[in-house]
Amino acid sequence: MAKKQKIDFASIYLFIVFLILYLPIFYLIYYSFNSGGKMYNFDSFTLEWYRELFGNTRMLIIVLNTIIIALLSAAFATIIGVCGAIGIWLMKNRISRQTVLSLNNILIVSPDVVIGASFLLLFTIAGIKLGFTSVLLAHIAFSVPIVVLMVLPKLQELPQSIIDAAQDLGASHWGVFTKVILPLITPGIFAGFFMALTYSLDDFAVTFFVTGSGFSTLSVEIYSMARRGVSLEINALSTILFVITILLVIGYYFIVSKQNNGQGARLGARK
Amino acid sequence: MKARTQKLFLIPYYLWIALFVIAPILLIVYYSFLDIYGNFTLKNYRRFFSPVYLEMTLTSFWYALLITLFCLIVAYPTAYLLTRTRYKQLWMLLIIMPSWINLLLKAYAFIGIFGAHGMANALLEVLGIGSRQILYTDFSFIFVAVYIFIPFMILPIFNALDKLDKTYIDAAMDLGASRWQTFLRVIFPLTLNGVKSGCQVVFIPALSLFMLTRLIAGNRVITLGTAVEQQFLVNQDWGMGSTIAVFLVIIMFIIVALSERGVRNGKKAKN
Repeated sequence: MAKKQKIDFASIYLFIVFLILYLPIFYLIYYSFNSGGKMYNFDSFTLEWYRELFGNTRMLIIVLNTIIIALLSAAFATIIGVCGAIGIWLMKNRISRQTVLSLNNILIVSPDVVIGASFLLLFTIAGIKLGFTSVLLAHIAFSVPIVVLMVLPKLQELPQSIIDAAQDLGASHWGVFTKVILPLITPGIFAGFFMALTYSLDDFAVTFFVTGSGFSTLSVEIYSMARRGVSLEINALSTILFVITILLVIGYYFIVSKQNNGQGARLGARK
Repeated sequence: MKARTQKLFLIPYYLWIALFVIAPILLIVYYSFLDIYGNFTLKNYRRFFSPVYLEMTLTSFWYALLITLFCLIVAYPTAYLLTRTRYKQLWMLLIIMPSWINLLLKAYAFIGIFGAHGMANALLEVLGIGSRQILYTDFSFIFVAVYIFIPFMILPIFNALDKLDKTYIDAAMDLGASRWQTFLRVIFPLTLNGVKSGCQVVFIPALSLFMLTRLIAGNRVITLGTAVEQQFLVNQDWGMGSTIAVFLVIIMFIIVALSERGVRNGKKAKN
C-alpha cells in the first residue's frame, strides 16, 4: 500500500516536470493558429501566420542560411574533430595528452559571450569581413571540441587486439585506419556530427557577436523580432521547427538503436 | 611511421587550437589593456574594481547561484525518479528534446505566458490572487533561466544515478539505514560527480546570460554577460568589454579547476 502511494507521488512529480518542460512549446504552437494576432485570447483558427511566414522571402533566406551554416560547420568540425581525437588517442605521453584535452575543453566551458567577443576581436584583427564566413568559422570552431569528446571514448574502447590482428594479417596503416578503426568509431562520429549540428542550430550568443549587419541566422532574427514585440509569425515558425526537431529525434533514435542492436548482435555472435 | 601519421592527424587540430582557443584568449587579455583610442592603459581594471562593477559581479554571482540551486533542487528528484521508470532512456530523450528547440523561441514563449494577459496571470485570476506584473521581474528571469538549463542538470545526474551499483543501496538498507540515510550517506555521495558537472554546466552560462536579461528581465538584471555585450556592441568600448571577459575567463578556470579536483579526489577515494 505504502509502495503504491510512493509510485503515485513519483508519477505526479514527473508529470509536472514534463508539463512545465513542454508547456511553453505547446503554448507557442497553440497561438500560432490564433487569428487575433496576440499570444492571448484565442479568437478563431487561422493559417494566416503560416501563409505570411512562407510569403516572407527574407525569412526563408535566413532559414536557408541557418541550415547551410549548420550542415557545413558540422561537416568541417567533424573532420577536424575526428583528426584531433585520433591524434590524441595515439599520444603516448600522458601529460601532453592531458594538456591537449584541457585546451580542447576550454571552448566547451567558456561562456558564450566570451567566445563571441573574442572571435569578434580575432576576425577584426585578421581582416575577415563579418558575415557568412565569420559565422561559419565561428560555428566550426565551437563545434570541434564536442566532436572530439564524442569520438575519443569510442577510440579508447577499441580493443588493441583487433588492430594488432589487422596488422598481423598484413593490413597497411591506411588499411587499418579505413577498414578497421573508422567503421568501429562510426557511431561516435555520427553522434559528434549530430551534436555539432545542434550546437550550430541552437547558437545565438556567438553568432550575435560575429554576424555583422548583412547576414543573419534564425536565432539572431528571432531575437530582434522578439525585442520588437510579439509576432505570431515567430509562433508559426516555432511550430515548423518543433515538427522538424521531432522528426530528427525520431530518426536519430532509430539510427542509434539500430546501431546498438547491430553491435549487440555482433558481440553476442563473438561470445 | 606511426608518429608521422599521428602528426598528420594533429595538424588541422593543432591549427584549430592555436587559432580559436589560444589566440582569442590572448587577444582578450591584450585588448583589456587598451582604451577606446587603442592606447595602453590600466584604466579598465581600475574601473572594474569600482563599486559599480563589483556590485554587478556580486549580483551576477548571486543570480547564477540561485539558478544553479533551483536547477539542482528540481533536477535531482527528477533524475532519481526517471532512473526507476521503465523505458528510462526514452523518458530521458523526452527531457533532452526541449533543449533542442531554439533557446530564443523558448524565451519568446515566456514573453507570452508571463505577459499581462498571458496564461500565468489568467491562472492567478482563477486562483483568486489576481493578475500582477510577472514579466520583467527577478522571478521571471530566474524561472526562465532554470527552465532553459534544467535538461543540462538532469542529464549528468541521471547518468551518475544510472551507473550507480544497486547493490550498494541494498547493502545500506540491509544494514539498517533508513531511506533518508541511504540517500544522504550512499546515493548522494556516489553521484556527486554528476551533480558537480551539472552545476558546472549550469553555473558558468548562467553567469554570462545576456539575451534573457534583455528579453525576460527587461534590462533590470545586469549580469557580467550583459555587460560584455553592452561594452562590445553598444558602447563600442572593446577594452572595457575585454576586461570583463578576462574576469569571466578567470572565474571559469577557477570553477573548472575546483570541480575537476573534486572529480579526481572522488576517483581516488573510490579506488
